[in-house]
Amino acid sequence: MSERRQDPAPACDKVLLVQAEFDGELDAAQAAALEAHRAGCPICQAAQAELLRTRALLRAEPYEPTPDDVRARVMARLRQAQPQAAAAPRLTRRGWSRLWGSGIGFGLGAACAAAIAFLVVLPQRNDLVDAVVADHIRALQPGHLEDVVSTDQHTVKPWFDGRIDFAPPVKDFAAEGFPLKGGRLDYLDNRPVAALVYQRDKHIIDLYVWPAGDASAHLASDTAIQGYNVAHWTADGMNFWAVSDVERGQLDDFVALWKKAP
Amino acid sequence: MLPHLDAAFNLARWLMRDPEAAEDVLQEAMVRALTYFAGFKGVNPRAWLLQIVRNTAYGSLALNRGVETVPIATESDEPVAAELVSGDDDPEVALLRSRESRQVRALIAALPVELRETLVLREFEEFSYKEIAEATQTPIGTVMSRLWRARQLLAQAAAAEGLP
Repeated sequence: MSERRQDPAPACDKVLLVQAEFDGELDAAQAAALEAHRAGCPICQAAQAELLRTRALLRAEPYEPTPDDVRARVMARLRQAQPQAAAAPRLTRRGWSRLWGSGIGFGLGAACAAAIAFLVVLPQRNDLVDAVVADHIRALQPGHLEDVVSTDQHTVKPWFDGRIDFAPPVKDFAAEGFPLKGGRLDYLDNRPVAALVYQRDKHIIDLYVWPAGDASAHLASDTAIQGYNVAHWTADGMNFWAVSDVERGQLDDFVALWKKAP
Repeated sequence: MLPHLDAAFNLARWLMRDPEAAEDVLQEAMVRALTYFAGFKGVNPRAWLLQIVRNTAYGSLALNRGVETVPIATESDEPVAAELVSGDDDPEVALLRSRESRQVRALIAALPVELRETLVLREFEEFSYKEIAEATQTPIGTVMSRLWRARQLLAQAAAAEGLP
């Protein structure tokens, strides 16, 4: 009998759903349906309580970062391994490339690019979208929004000179209902970026601008995270990310204005 | 891949339960990742890298040495600095916590490896079920039942040791 007590075989077939809800894996409708069941199911209530206890125990553990010496040895090993890794694709290229020399050259170049991308690999699209939204939310905290407060684009634009290594385009759309409020420096995608702050009624729109690299070419697209709408486009060699809690339609208007304006 | 180095080493440590064996696995996995990176077409580099770490660890003889390895939780009786500066002014509280922490770590380390990796990825790396499924090459249904089982075992063992 004691073995039976040890056996955690769920006595209610919904406990895995309780766990899934606990882990944030259910959508709102599923969660609501589960909640209705759980209200009358002591087994699921007990499961929920135990999940909470277990997590409290585990999350009290400090996260241990990789020690510096281990990191250094990994880097050294990777530097050593790089030439071999770079050489590997050359063999396959050679097979179908008519131009031997350029085939090898291309293979090596592509492999080196891959190796470099490996080392500095950008956060993937979702990471970047998350980062942009998180930055926007952080900037909305009191006192964080602008480094330079001005509604004059001819004040905001020169302010960035010498602070970042590119000149972001700055435009004002006060007449269209999107007045410029100012700008600030931020850090996204592993580089300093310009953030332009616009206002739409009571809402703030952050527009992030930085030079487009190759990696951004495949980045899409318009999305919404945590209630914030995000729009992304590339123009004149620059990445643009607009984030705001304004309605999608208004953000699209803003983007259209921006793209159209000289 | 370097942004995911911490996650990679953390998983290696929990799988191998020995810092040196974990570093061997980490180095090997990073070299493999570098070699195959050009062919990587997925969208989740973190899950992909941890899948390589896991496969490397499973291929390592040291993984199954079991009893000979030192569980990472008990290698030292001294509280590590990170635990002492965890914000508690009271050293007694800090010491108590570090003792608890060692107990908890020993309990995790004692879990069967497939439950351990699932639990670690979920609770420490905060992977979604889908990411865990990808990293461990396991169907999501199995991920869910393993996670459930891991939590049950841990909760029972913690209760048996008088942990809160």
